[in-house]
Amino acid sequence: MTNRILLVEDEANILEAITFILSRAGMEVRSHGNGATALEEVKRYAPDLIVLDVMLPNRSGLDILRDLRSDPATEALPVVMLTAKGQAKDRDTALGLGADAYLTKPFSNSEMLEILKHILAERGTGVKGGGAG
Amino acid sequence: MVQRNITEESKLVGRSTAPALTGSRIRQRRSALGLRQADLAKAVDISPSYLNLIEHGRRRIGGKLLIDIARALSVEPATLSSGADATVFDALHKAASDLRPALGAEPELDRIDELSGRFPGWSGVLTQQQKRIIALEAMINSLQDRFANDPVLAEAMHEILSSVAAIRSTADILVREPDLEMQWRARFHRNLHEEAERLSLRATQMLRHFEQQGESQDSSVSTAQETVEAMFDAAGHHFPAIELDGATAIEAVIDRAAGMEDRAARDLALDWLRAYAEDAARLPLAEFAAEARKVGYDPARLLHMGQGDVALILRRLAALPPQPDVPEFGLAICDASGALLFRKRINGFSIPRFGAGCPIWPLYTALSRPMTPSVTVLSMPNGLQFHGWAVAQPRAIMGFGQQPVVNATMLLRLRAEDESAGSKEDLPIGPGCHVCPREGCTARRAASVLT
Repeated sequence: MTNRILLVEDEANILEAITFILSRAGMEVRSHGNGATALEEVKRYAPDLIVLDVMLPNRSGLDILRDLRSDPATEALPVVMLTAKGQAKDRDTALGLGADAYLTKPFSNSEMLEILKHILAERGTGVKGGGAG
Repeated sequence: MVQRNITEESKLVGRSTAPALTGSRIRQRRSALGLRQADLAKAVDISPSYLNLIEHGRRRIGGKLLIDIARALSVEPATLSSGADATVFDALHKAASDLRPALGAEPELDRIDELSGRFPGWSGVLTQQQKRIIALEAMINSLQDRFANDPVLAEAMHEILSSVAAIRSTADILVREPDLEMQWRARFHRNLHEEAERLSLRATQMLRHFEQQGESQDSSVSTAQETVEAMFDAAGHHFPAIELDGATAIEAVIDRAAGMEDRAARDLALDWLRAYAEDAARLPLAEFAAEARKVGYDPARLLHMGQGDVALILRRLAALPPQPDVPEFGLAICDASGALLFRKRINGFSIPRFGAGCPIWPLYTALSRPMTPSVTVLSMPNGLQFHGWAVAQPRAIMGFGQQPVVNATMLLRLRAEDESAGSKEDLPIGPGCHVCPREGCTARRAASVLT
């Protein structure tokens, strides 16, 4: 079954590159660029994994992660955080809040793909698919 | 942070009021002798609670009681009551307590008075050092603070990393997917181009931010040269009062300028303005400005006015009143070691305050050809072109058979795009190696942070 990935990131060109890479790897990708409405998008799309940027317009990715973890419906949803290199504080906060992994920008495509595949495999590939498509 | 510095300082000075100081000296001397309050009180026939009030500065004492206490503590009464060296006493005390953990031997706290009495000069040095340490610590904290919490820097870094991330991922796709469909390939190429543009814009913005930070440092971080330069910048490098009244107007000009309470800055300003007044006397403004306008502000056609002094013409052009019809001139003066003595900045041509500029600048090459004026079209890596007039001349004659002291002067003016360069070829130069992107430059002496 195809894995559904939600990319919450506001930089258009990063989005396009990641979307391409994940699609080529056989994943279904949807992107969302607004921090304020990201949670609604999670409910609508019901992804298997979220790639979540820390610096988002309107709402920080860390706040979104906190909400995801405090809602029983999403508390176990795998989240990979995107942080900027050198922002060790963000990384530590993200891990403390229950992020499954983090990637520092600039990251390598293969490293990202490997991390995503590893987490999805651990959770049992695609078993949580469903919802609107 | 600066605020904290002031508080620290005022603490030092504020405790110098006589009763508090006398009390604390009595307390220190007493504990140094191993006496309890009750013992000393009994010896001078007062109640321990009254002594406690004295020691905490709540009661002012003098006369017989002071003499009695001094005798009981085996010191001169003056060492307990003297207020003159109160700040010295406190500063020494603070220096000792601040550094105590790092010192091998315990400082003799009970002999501070003896130290300041016998060695007032050395005590003064220690006191000044203590003040300076406090001020420097405050400055380091403030710089650290600025670096860690600068919102502009944090935002710029985030944006730069975003662009780098996009470029890295996109380039990786282009390299690893040889069979990429045409439309995808075109799209990723366009994205790469877009991000590269953004990256260069953001990098330029960040450099400008650093430059502005350097310019807006508060006076505690400024050198005399920076303070005087700020005075010249604020005046547009033109001083009407000195043009009109000559050297007699200098004091008033300095008094009106900011930051001139610093002695070194004041002395330097005096030097520069005296030179300015001398230039103005040799080439009076009205006559020079009229002639300069007539010949299109071309130094070559003004040489006859300088009676052989080319640098004078260049300096006077840079000191013309800032008016719409007068072109913007930049100026740099260095000595034979290449050290920058004076600069008037011009947009697009960075003249570093510290460290050397680009060794290819005519400013420096003029030093090897004294008394030979040159004019060159200079191309900066940012694409801007400047006319550069330069000359090296003796500033002072040391005596027969001795080398003169030589200064080099370079005048800069932006070259309009439609100006024909004639047969002259342009000279590719840079803003100084550290920030110069030119590769393969034979004059390079240090790596660039841009490559």
